[in-house]
Amino acid sequence: MAKITIKKESCKGCGLCVLSCPKKLLQISGTSNKNGYFVVEITDMKACIGCASCAMMCPDCVISVEK
Amino acid sequence: MAVVFEKTKMLTDAPLHYCPGCTHGIAHRLVAEVLEEIGAEGHVVGVAPVGCAVFAYNYFNCDMQEAAHGRAPAVATGIKRVTPQNIVFAYQGDGDLASIGMAEIVHAAARGEKITVIFINNTIYGMTGGQMAPTTLIGEKATTCIYGRDAEKNGNPIKMCELLATLTGPSYIERVALYDAAHVRMAKKAIKKAFTHQVENRGFSFIEILSSCPTNWGMTPEQALAFVKTDMQNFYPLGVFKEVTE
Repeated sequence: MAKITIKKESCKGCGLCVLSCPKKLLQISGTSNKNGYFVVEITDMKACIGCASCAMMCPDCVISVEK
Repeated sequence: MAVVFEKTKMLTDAPLHYCPGCTHGIAHRLVAEVLEEIGAEGHVVGVAPVGCAVFAYNYFNCDMQEAAHGRAPAVATGIKRVTPQNIVFAYQGDGDLASIGMAEIVHAAARGEKITVIFINNTIYGMTGGQMAPTTLIGEKATTCIYGRDAEKNGNPIKMCELLATLTGPSYIERVALYDAAHVRMAKKAIKKAFTHQVENRGFSFIEILSSCPTNWGMTPEQALAFVKTDMQNFYPLGVFKEVTE
């Protein structure tokens, strides 16, 4: 089982992680952070395989991954 | 649970000022991760360019020097010659390196300076608002060629890797791209190899990174990555252009 942590205050909502997730578990949420960006969220943490593709593509180091 | 991925210590906690979807942040992270992996902490000096990456000195957790526009390889040469025990790298964009800094990069490479240059090619001047760069593709629109770049009127784009590979000085030259996770991993390997060449004192190493600029291309981050993968990669082929093994 894997777990990702999203630092929402640093997210710019660019969606590069959404594109890279092989399981399509990430999506841009309807809630914004203090910078006004709609931040990313994970839909089903249990289905995450911990491949870290999202973290690889994140330009702002928002995502950390544990497995 | 074991940590699979976390932010490297070689990056500071300062939030990056880059636009959403810009791959500069990925390039910064890869360089920082490689510096941590090769144990360069405490003896590495970076040179920041003029351009979008002008604030790189706020983001890398190492000694940094800001250079005048295009002069990063010259400044890095000075730092490396005075303090050869340090690992020295320059981080430059295409407007900085391939335009105003063309003389500095060509001569630093020709002299075979023992430095590493990370070259971000996004085919446009990002910071100043999307003007045509020497690397802008034929037909690509920019604020100074609004109908698309015309070879007759504006000249042809410059391929820096191929140009520098004709010189004797460089020991490692590779072009990589950042359009998906697999290529990001390949880019990291290339950057690590370039720094290894410097650590082993072999010569000048140069990594060109095909990067995206969603804001000035007028695209979404997704469309911008697709542009890098298709149009840019077609004109700027990926691969190793020079490698000196001894």
